[in-house]
Amino acid sequence: MVTLTFPTWMEPYRALATGKMTGDQWQALLRQLIWPVMGIAIFLLLWQLAAQRIDTSLGQFPGPVDVWEQAGSLVDEHQASRAKEVAFHERQEKYIAARLQQQPEWEPVYRDYTGAPTFFDQIGTSLITVMSGFLLASLIAIPLGIVIGLSSTAYAAMNPLIQLFKPVSPLAWLPLVTMVVSAVYVTDDPMVAKSFLTSMFTVSLCCLWPTLMNTSVGVTSVSQDLVNVSKVLRLNALSHVRKIVLPSALPMMFTGLRLSLGIAWMVLIAAEMLAQNPGLGKFVWDEFQNGSSQSLGRIMVAVIVIGLIGFLLDRLMLMLQRALVWDKSSVQR
Amino acid sequence: MKALLELSNVGMKFDTPKGTFEALKDVNLKIDAGEFVSLIGHSGCGKSTVLNIVAGLLQATDGGVILDKQEVTEPGPERAVVFQNHSLLPWLTSFENVELAVKQVFKKTKSKAEIRDWVEHNLELVHMAHAMHKKPDEISGGMKQRVGIARALAMQPQVLLMDEPFGALDALTRAHLQDSLMEIHAQLGTTVIMITHDVDEAVLLSDRIVMMTNGPSATIGEILDVNVPRPRDRLALADDPTFVRCRQQVLQFLYEKQRKVEPLPKRESVKAEADRKRA
Ligand SMILES: Nc1ncnc2c1ncn2[C@@H]1O[C@H](COP(=O)(O)OP(=O)(O)O)[C@@H](O)[C@H]1O
Ligand SMILES: [Mg+2]
Repeated sequence: MVTLTFPTWMEPYRALATGKMTGDQWQALLRQLIWPVMGIAIFLLLWQLAAQRIDTSLGQFPGPVDVWEQAGSLVDEHQASRAKEVAFHERQEKYIAARLQQQPEWEPVYRDYTGAPTFFDQIGTSLITVMSGFLLASLIAIPLGIVIGLSSTAYAAMNPLIQLFKPVSPLAWLPLVTMVVSAVYVTDDPMVAKSFLTSMFTVSLCCLWPTLMNTSVGVTSVSQDLVNVSKVLRLNALSHVRKIVLPSALPMMFTGLRLSLGIAWMVLIAAEMLAQNPGLGKFVWDEFQNGSSQSLGRIMVAVIVIGLIGFLLDRLMLMLQRALVWDKSSVQR
Repeated sequence: MKALLELSNVGMKFDTPKGTFEALKDVNLKIDAGEFVSLIGHSGCGKSTVLNIVAGLLQATDGGVILDKQEVTEPGPERAVVFQNHSLLPWLTSFENVELAVKQVFKKTKSKAEIRDWVEHNLELVHMAHAMHKKPDEISGGMKQRVGIARALAMQPQVLLMDEPFGALDALTRAHLQDSLMEIHAQLGTTVIMITHDVDEAVLLSDRIVMMTNGPSATIGEILDVNVPRPRDRLALADDPTFVRCRQQVLQFLYEKQRKVEPLPKRESVKAEADRKRA
């Protein structure tokens, strides 16, 4: 006979299906499913009611149904654009093949499709930018945090600067970063777009602080007992950092990384919007400028998608943290 | 024969916000190879300070320590320490914790297989072979302390230093660990300095008991030879006349000669505290 085992969170549903619910399972069902669904339903209702009463210069504020329709049309536009792109490439292939037949010595020139980016292209751009910015920030913040945590001299030297730059808004950095990138990054054959670099550096500058602070605190709070163990074993400086300091600081480091990624995502949208850099922020800005009757609905789709992606990024970090960190109690929800 | 370990005129002054605090003064002690010596004294008298100076974790401000004709200037694995609260690396298993020490000490002299065997051998010695691949979080306090002892023994130290190794354990676990320690000491003949505040433990385990006076400027008050033959059995010893006399002498030292008056909290302040909590 085969016995099926269910994950514990599925227990209430199985019990519901078999008609044997205990009090605790009702509680679990309420907590996991009913209350969240109710919360969302009430929110949608209030939204609909409020939307009907708000008239803007672009028409009535979109309710849930309008937003759902706009989401559908964004998907359609994306598919249409992809179809065009495929058609473009087919045509190009055919043209080149035909010309090569007549002129075998001709060097074929391949062109990229240059249609306007769709909503989904913008999501992709934003994700790549935020990840690059976050990675760059981590590559700077983690080693620097370790140095600051290990050396009180380095801490004394850096602390005023950290305190000064930590609260700076991305909007203040942006013009400077833009100008510096334009001045420094001059090549004929750019590997990446300038706008990408501007957004990425702005994101890095704003999101490296939590990782830096948490790493350095994690490093300073290594238990004295473990430091003594390291001394008795005569671990050299490198082994001491690798075997004792880094693992000790890892839980704090991850807490910092998670905060940083959250900030990175928020900053990115603002930076893209302000600097007209490709990405979700630009999508919002373009729709706002465009000012058609559907714009508000489309912006609302973007708002929800931005929220969802932020949430998913956080879950991703949480999963990574759970997998890598030894101190499970340090992993909060 | 010359002593293995010699403390001569060791003194320790700490700089504190309230000025210099002289914790130790003129501590003189000679320990022979293979001896088991206990340090006993009231809490705060300076036992850990003595041990840390021998370990090299603290530098004496006066006098010095000589181990095997060499002055102690820094910590090292030949003076392995078992700390009070185990100090295992929480992200490593018992095996890996011991392995870290073994690799560090024997990386030039032992092959990979030899290292593994040596780690396992030491864990077996403390009866921890069954939980080798568990992390500190997954084993009890007594087991953690056993792994801590295995880690120290695996360094093959000239002196094993233990700072209240069983202080945080319940009586039954402590008895088990004391028996294991006696067994290991008999088997390996390691030189041991152990801090304890448990009189029975001191008498049961030691060849000599070093009794310290109360601080500040604490020093060695008396040294008692425990002339009870080994192997010792805790049950048989309970009414052994030598054992009882030794026990008596230590108690006398601690509670008559070095009686420590702990100020009790005032009644009013206790009441105020209770009121504050209720509010
Ligand atoms: N780093 C330090 N700075 C100042 N005072 C210290 C320091 N370490 C220990 N002391 C003082 O030295 C005395 C002895 O401490 P310790 O050796 O830990 O005592 P014991 O281990 O016997 O309980 C105590 O009064 C303690 O307050
Ligand atoms: Mg102590």
